[in-house]
Amino acid sequence: MATEIAFSDSAAKSARVRPAPGAGQEFETEKMSLSMGPSHPSTHGVLRLQMELDGEILTKCDPVIGYLHRGDEKIAENMTYNQFVPYTDRLDYIAPLANNMAYAIAVEKLAKLEVPARCQAIRVLTAELARVSSHLLGLGAFGIDVGAWTVFMYAFEEREKLYKLFEELTGARFTTSYSRIGGLQRDVPEGWTGRVGAFCDQFLPILEETLALLTRNKIFMDRTVGVGVISPADAIAYGLTGPNLRGSGVGLDLRKDKPYSGYEQYRFDVPVGTKGDCYDRYLVRGEEMRQSIRIIRQVLANFPGGDWYAKDARKIFAPPKDKILTSMEELIQNFMIVTEGPQLPAGEVYFEAENPKGALGFYIVSKGGGVPWRLKIRAPSFANLSILPKVCVGCLVSDVVAILGSFDFVMGECDR
Amino acid sequence: MAVIPLVRPTLTLLERTYLPQIASGLKTTLKHIFSPNVTLEYPEQRPAIPPGYRGVPTLVMDPNGREKCVSCQLCEFVCPPKAIRITPGEIPADAPTGHVEKAPQAFDIDMLRCIYCGLCQEVCPEEAIFLQNQYSMSGYTRAEMVNHKDRLYELGGTLPDSHHKWDKKLAAEKSGPAH
Repeated sequence: MATEIAFSDSAAKSARVRPAPGAGQEFETEKMSLSMGPSHPSTHGVLRLQMELDGEILTKCDPVIGYLHRGDEKIAENMTYNQFVPYTDRLDYIAPLANNMAYAIAVEKLAKLEVPARCQAIRVLTAELARVSSHLLGLGAFGIDVGAWTVFMYAFEEREKLYKLFEELTGARFTTSYSRIGGLQRDVPEGWTGRVGAFCDQFLPILEETLALLTRNKIFMDRTVGVGVISPADAIAYGLTGPNLRGSGVGLDLRKDKPYSGYEQYRFDVPVGTKGDCYDRYLVRGEEMRQSIRIIRQVLANFPGGDWYAKDARKIFAPPKDKILTSMEELIQNFMIVTEGPQLPAGEVYFEAENPKGALGFYIVSKGGGVPWRLKIRAPSFANLSILPKVCVGCLVSDVVAILGSFDFVMGECDR
Repeated sequence: MAVIPLVRPTLTLLERTYLPQIASGLKTTLKHIFSPNVTLEYPEQRPAIPPGYRGVPTLVMDPNGREKCVSCQLCEFVCPPKAIRITPGEIPADAPTGHVEKAPQAFDIDMLRCIYCGLCQEVCPEEAIFLQNQYSMSGYTRAEMVNHKDRLYELGGTLPDSHHKWDKKLAAEKSGPAH
């Protein structure tokens, strides 16, 4: 006969500290196995969690990944460097502009190219806009996961404005494919920087209003404070990066520690949490958005003029279009570059950038010629999810939802 | 200072009763109820498409009605998802555009494969393929989703030509040996 146990919320909470069932038990119990996902609203895509439950409490949690595996790394071996740019959009598809930039810088490191200041500034600008866009989605989705619908609505209203800006800059709202090796797809349109500045001005009050719905909200705090605590040592041991690492109090930010693309010129703070729970990760994302706006304003205040494409890169990657149409040499060169790929030196490079989700790394092995011999992608979401089996044990099922929401991962990047 | 530890709020006794948050939350949403709409009644209302938008790829003609594509197949080569298929064809020498020599016999873009990346437009040495403003495509069958040459020209229309390189070639041929 089935025994009905009605746990109230507080009883369930106290059950969390209860020792594992054993002696003194009157009826026979067994653990239940439960599969959450791959299509479950709170697993943010196609993550599947194979959980083992003792009542409502998790005793084991195995993430099953790979449902979105497309073989991006292998695909890269079969195409030239510039052809792979659209595929980088589809890694962390919430912040494609940041991925484009990380990939371009990795290949530029292999080709030993220096990009002009204007190109660097545009890249920083787009990467920070992408960070705001990504954190807004992370915040909104986290809100939904723990029952705060309104936050999601306000966050998406702002993201729509960002998408309008991206659309105008790159020609696409979502899959931007904006960076090119040694430069960009095109220069910023007339008046675009002004519209970015206007966005920043109206965004900050709305951000404060949205965060105010959660920060001192008792319901939200009940769901997140003390849930999914990750110690700094664990965070480092499991290779966590990005806001999830900083939420645990480790102040590692590649923009500060290994500056790239001119990040050393900008003043910004790296927010860190103190406790490492879901609430800290939420606070870190909120503060990072403010810091991103701070960086964007500095870029706009001192926006460099000049070229947006490295002169040397024109010879290797893309001759200027008007020359292709009028000059025989450039026309032939264009055909050679497209069909055989840009001729890069042999060698190995690794570059990682501070993406919204964490450190996105590209490891390229080249044996010379137009295609990479091997391209390894170090996806932050993949590393961040590796801690789930540790952090979820002992939690309630509803805590898992909050933990997943606070991790803000993207399966496109994890499975790649 | 570079690294700033975040301050975690301590709730007052009143805030712990859930009531102030509920009240202030309702105030925020009430304010938004009376703010202007941010949504569009699609498809009656359509968003403005900015210049340089990457919509459905199309083929274009020059102002004289000549198809600009010379079937060099560079777009077919560069297309990352391999959505383009071209069968090159000859232009008969006695045709008015005989000096161009080649034009595509068939040109298919599989819109189920296309990822709208715009690399075809970027590499095209003739400015013949353009990603234009159309963004919504639908069809009942897979075959319907393949845009053939006629459809591509219908979508593309005519765009101005700033270089007139084939007209210049014809003029050079007429005035004597080009090289």
